Amino acid sequence: MAKEVVLLDFWPSMFGMRVRIALAEKGVKYEYKEEDLKNKSPLLLEMNPINKQIPVLIHNGKPVCESLIIVQYIDEVWNDKSPLLPSDPYQRAQARFWADFVDKKVYGASRKVGSTTGEEQEAGKKEFFEILKTLEVELGDKPYFGGETFGYVDLSFITFYSWFHAYEVLGNINIEAECPKIIAWAKRCLQKESVAKTLPDQKKVYEFAAQMRKRFVSE
Amino acid sequence: MADEVVLLDFWPSMFGMRVRIALAEKGIKYEYKDEDLRNKSPLLLEMNPIHKKIPVLIHNGKPVCESLIIVQYIDEVWKDRCPLLPIDPYQRAHSRFWADFVDKKVIEVLMKISTTKGEEKEAGKMEFFEIFKILEGELGDKPYFGGGTFGFVDLSLIPYYSWFYAIETIGELNIEAECPKIVAWAKKCLQKETVAKTLPDQKKVYEYVEQMRKKFGND
Repeated sequence: MAKEVVLLDFWPSMFGMRVRIALAEKGVKYEYKEEDLKNKSPLLLEMNPINKQIPVLIHNGKPVCESLIIVQYIDEVWNDKSPLLPSDPYQRAQARFWADFVDKKVYGASRKVGSTTGEEQEAGKKEFFEILKTLEVELGDKPYFGGETFGYVDLSFITFYSWFHAYEVLGNINIEAECPKIIAWAKRCLQKESVAKTLPDQKKVYEFAAQMRKRFVSE
Repeated sequence: MADEVVLLDFWPSMFGMRVRIALAEKGIKYEYKDEDLRNKSPLLLEMNPIHKKIPVLIHNGKPVCESLIIVQYIDEVWKDRCPLLPIDPYQRAHSRFWADFVDKKVIEVLMKISTTKGEEKEAGKMEFFEIFKILEGELGDKPYFGGGTFGFVDLSLIPYYSWFYAIETIGELNIEAECPKIVAWAKKCLQKETVAKTLPDQKKVYEYVEQMRKKFGND
């Protein structure tokens, strides 16, 4: 029954998208509830009283919070198909390290690119490309960060791709010119149905981001 | 052949202490190397080129970085004794959430208290107690965050106890008066040999923090 799995989410959230991809990979049916982040539902506040943030996965009434923790939970519960993390402990530690790197670095730098101006934005752009280039090195010649198959690190990072057009326009940058391997990898990921069906249209995300930017930056 | 385990660490680091406790819990023999963080060793820079930070666990020549990732790695490799994480996926997600909460919230507020003055410091002190009261709420009446036994969340938080004297002195706070349950829990953890042998003397930590504050002009 779909009611057993509920996802509280917000359509442009890269963090929410990670969970949607994981659920799609595992073929889990669920109820999707869109949150208005300016007017959070009582359910969200009850299920995530600590951080009050989406995504929240509610499984048989019990909440799981924080996107990467939710993805690992999904991988462990629905462990009969499409493993997201490697089975070897060392490979698993490496996957966790790189997903953690994405979490710690990509969001912060991309915010600077999308939501700031002047010197702060220039610094953000430099940082953003340094981070993406580090990821390109880690990817190397592999088709995916996970190796031959799409995995945890790919899942943690691909969701940012839906924001690339927004960063390019708002930051006046060309990501493909600087980081062609990342774009090639992203397009490869988009050939997967779970990714293609989850990632929102880049123009829609840009419109949303431009709206947000007006709120934070005086033009 | 015996496992070769090396830990690159820095004695007052709460993050390093987590790994030392985990290794002790599992009874793993290892070589401890104390790093001079103002003059990082070539080995550290080679083993953690991305963040250049301790702790780094080097297992049979292969590095694992980030304290909570290292602890999970240790738990998975040496899985025959003293489990640190619960077996049940929901309990495991719950443990990861709270260890992540500790990671995201505590160090930041400690830095605020130690390195700022006036209003900002007062705000830091208020935040410190808010965070620890939330943790008291999560602990409830359980002997440990893990329930009946010391576990992942306990391990992630207990190293901060070695910094309490420093925080109380520098911050002019009385942690036991505001958060008696946390102090009671910490003293219970200290009855464990692995914790007692790992945590450095609180006064030694205070002297180190004072030294750092003088260096950076925060005193």
